[in-house]
Amino acid sequence: MHSANLNVNGYVRNERVTRRWGVRLHLLALLAKEPAHGYELKQALEQTFGTAYPSPNIGQIYVTLGRLEKDGLVRAVDVEQSNRPNKKVYYLTAKGRDVLTDWVDEPTEGPRVRDEFFMKLVLAPLTGIADRMALINRQRRHYLALMRDLNELAERTDPGNQVALLLIEGAMLHLQADLDWLERCQEDLT
Amino acid sequence: MTVLKTVNLVKIYQNNHVPVPAVRGVDLQVDEGEFVAIMGPSGSGKSTLVHMLGGLDSRTSGEIWLDGKRADTLSESAWALLRREKIGFVFQFFNLVASMTVADNVELPALLAGASPKEARERREYLLDALGLTERVEAAPAQLSGGEQQRVALARALSNKPSLLLADEPTGNLDSRNTRDVLRLLNEVHREGQTIVLVTHDARVASLADRVVSLLDGQIVDDGKIVRRRPGRGGAGEVIDLR
Repeated sequence: MHSANLNVNGYVRNERVTRRWGVRLHLLALLAKEPAHGYELKQALEQTFGTAYPSPNIGQIYVTLGRLEKDGLVRAVDVEQSNRPNKKVYYLTAKGRDVLTDWVDEPTEGPRVRDEFFMKLVLAPLTGIADRMALINRQRRHYLALMRDLNELAERTDPGNQVALLLIEGAMLHLQADLDWLERCQEDLT
Repeated sequence: MTVLKTVNLVKIYQNNHVPVPAVRGVDLQVDEGEFVAIMGPSGSGKSTLVHMLGGLDSRTSGEIWLDGKRADTLSESAWALLRREKIGFVFQFFNLVASMTVADNVELPALLAGASPKEARERREYLLDALGLTERVEAAPAQLSGGEQQRVALARALSNKPSLLLADEPTGNLDSRNTRDVLRLLNEVHREGQTIVLVTHDARVASLADRVVSLLDGQIVDDGKIVRRRPGRGGAGEVIDLR
């Protein structure tokens, strides 16, 4: 990867790149604390986020570490183990720390309006397939079903896992905003 | 069995002799044990509707049937009697009687509905215990937190064992922790078979309902069940798309 692509300022403004970068930055953050091998990183993610984090599998973690290494953001050293193959321990390079610092310092983009639904809504009358009222009603039911899932998830979540509960509450608040916005669309577009 | 039915229910307010329609021909049927959430933008008529259902506001035309009895043609006093017997109402701002203790607030509707003092006390003890409020029985409403007041309001609404529990934004005034308490409680009484009709803009509350009715400009524009998307298992990863 070219160094231009490592510019954090560039990537936070581009959602597609952010998604590709997400796990890399999380791993860089964990490595900023101490050098670790792949499996330790997986465990650290799981311990920190509990059920709230859709944990990447170990294969994805090694692939990601490989990319970070190729970009010069981490470096690996082989550590000998008795009776077992060598393991690779990764540590953060100065360049990696710069990228991480940029990420932490940069304000994070807010969530975007549901573009796809809004496009459907605006273009629906042209298609003759569904009217706006029907689209909004269906979408509302869908959001409420999602909210029910989140309610049940919150009930199932260990009350001591603050990170997971906060993530769920955040998702609920976003969903509430989506519903409020749907209501506004219904008032003005139907 | 049908607990509540409305036929072409209409409410028109007069504003300086200008008619302002608030509810424009609502047909609604609620079966025993059903939990119905009413949603819609402000001004869509949802509060007016639920107030009419509870007899707190008169209808302009149309019919309201409660437990198979025509209610809207009753005299005001007969309506009041029917209400005491059959309806529990929870308001957004609790409306507890400030000069009375928690215990008396909860017992009052049962007494008004004709329960003996002993029955009213037993019902109150049961409800406050279920709501974790037993230690607050002697408190005045002003000494309670918002969440506690709303739980007392819920206990009061349930104390006459109503056929129908009506609520108008029952979490409108609560922080997220207190909302959670009220949600848990609504879920519980619903599971025990309580029929509920509730107005809310809070999607967490609405998502507990069996059915959601959407109002727009005084008319029902959607009425349908909330479909379960998937069996409840696994972690948040399957619900939340973390980026």
